[in-house]
Amino acid sequence: MEWLQQLFNGISLGSIYALIALGYTMVYGIIKLINFAHGEVFMIGSFTGFYAIAFWGLGFFPALILSMAVCAVFGVLIERVAYKRLRDSTRIAALITAIGVSLLIQYVVIYIRGAQPEAYPNVLPNRSFDVFGVQISSQSLLILVVSVVLMIVLQFIVHRTKIGKAMRAVSYDPDAAKLMGINVNNTISATFAIGSALAGAAGVIFGVYYTKIDPLMGVIPGLKAFIAAVLGGIGIIPGAVIGGFVLGIVETVVSALGFSLWRDAAAFIILILILIFRPSGIFGKNSKEKV
Amino acid sequence: MLKKVSTFWLAIVLAFVFYGVVQLLILNGFLNPFYTNTLIFICINIILAVSLHLVIGITGQFSIGHAGFLALGAYISAIMTMKLDMPFSFALFAGGIVAALAGLVVGIPSLRLRGDYLAIATLGFAEIIRIIFLNIDYVGGAAGMQVTHATTWTTSFLCLILTIVVIVNFTNSRHGRACISIRENEIAADAMGINTTYYKVAAFVIGSFFAGIAGGLYAHNFYIIQPANFGFLKSFDILILVVLGGLGSLSGAVISAILLTVVSTFLQELPETRMIIYSLVLVLVMLYRPQGLMGTREITDYFGNWKWKRVKGGNQYGG
Repeated sequence: MEWLQQLFNGISLGSIYALIALGYTMVYGIIKLINFAHGEVFMIGSFTGFYAIAFWGLGFFPALILSMAVCAVFGVLIERVAYKRLRDSTRIAALITAIGVSLLIQYVVIYIRGAQPEAYPNVLPNRSFDVFGVQISSQSLLILVVSVVLMIVLQFIVHRTKIGKAMRAVSYDPDAAKLMGINVNNTISATFAIGSALAGAAGVIFGVYYTKIDPLMGVIPGLKAFIAAVLGGIGIIPGAVIGGFVLGIVETVVSALGFSLWRDAAAFIILILILIFRPSGIFGKNSKEKV
Repeated sequence: MLKKVSTFWLAIVLAFVFYGVVQLLILNGFLNPFYTNTLIFICINIILAVSLHLVIGITGQFSIGHAGFLALGAYISAIMTMKLDMPFSFALFAGGIVAALAGLVVGIPSLRLRGDYLAIATLGFAEIIRIIFLNIDYVGGAAGMQVTHATTWTTSFLCLILTIVVIVNFTNSRHGRACISIRENEIAADAMGINTTYYKVAAFVIGSFFAGIAGGLYAHNFYIIQPANFGFLKSFDILILVVLGGLGSLSGAVISAILLTVVSTFLQELPETRMIIYSLVLVLVMLYRPQGLMGTREITDYFGNWKWKRVKGGNQYGG
């Protein structure tokens, strides 16, 4: 029963990683850029939710939607200001820019409001259900449901709508997509908007679940979500979800075994093992290098 | 040939004249401890920048985990002097050697990766090194470790000269040219019969060795070392020196190390402002001048026909 409990906790944590990882994987799939600033979008989303709940008295769902909207705009802004000019430059230049943008956002937020942490208000009713000896709080159940619903919505957008079709086309071959009359710039912006909205939702969920947020909170979940994306095969949407859940469960198990200080190391060891033995990830296909 | 050799010695002599003048000023008390400390810090940062320059600028392998090797050098040398009562010079060397070994262990698997993946893997390794030190009680865990103050202007300057001489000569050697060819086009270099893995690992190990030396100097200059000092932000601090100077320019790395160390000394009271300026510089440089201040040129290239090129080397016109 102890193990079932840990499994459930792992899935809850994993759903947060999965939501962030989706943004990484979508952006990587479409412009081949590791958007390091994605963790900061997550942080901004969390703070937007916090202010919406604590100061404007909004409920959980309005705050969630508000923060998703703010993050979508913010993500598009980052893309238009920083990444758009770099589309034709080297990968390293784009990566350095992404690192720079990420740090810039962190420290601008610290500069504006200070580095002190903030306690998330309790917006969800908290009751515990006892299912097969596993304590499931209504809070974590709701969080899990919200994450899964968002993932299903994403799957719908990508596979059943016009913009999703455009996104898949651009990620397959941007030049051919352009020739077919797809507006590549708008499609890339839409990808950033959707990915960032998911990160914003993850931010609010993280705040409600862990109750403590601070301006540097995006760094570690951001990196771990990236690891989740690589684990599942970067650029592949279901891969990011599976990778997120696997990573969440592994981390919870490592903590439960009494190595909680090594939790972060476990994630990085997974990353390195994956990169060495199967760089294309669980679901990835091997690609040949062309000259 | 004779001319090249003589310009090399001229540069060495000039460096030691500079060293002597500064040492005299320190002994006379013209430079107070604050300035001396800044000078030592500049030396450490130049060593770090130049060692990372060899990995990123010359060999083109994007590593963002340099702080990991810095941490190893710092901790190993601190253990040598504080726990085992070894002399400082031996401790520095030991720190460098252990960092180089770690570079070998990290480099062999991860240098098979390219671009973004390599960057993330090196970042991961650096974090693992940091977490290991965080969990070892022998070195104080999160609280850190007390270290005596042993770094002087003399030791740091000697290490600096050693670093620059080794890296310049490496760059201008057959091995250095092989590394530059990997930077320019790895597949072409491979096709020309260059053992790319060997040269990538070699450059990585040499870079790690000097990062370890810098770590020893760093530890013995700060009285205390903590795992928190060697996080991702430290790697970023080193990265920005190389990027701002110009990927592939050693003198660019040296100039930006001097410049940014002075800037950050003045902004010590305002760490947030410093980070905002650093990250803005990084983004703006990438957007408007992706080749950095110097590109792949060296400062000596601007002196016309002085034929210094081969001494400072590493430029795109054949080094």
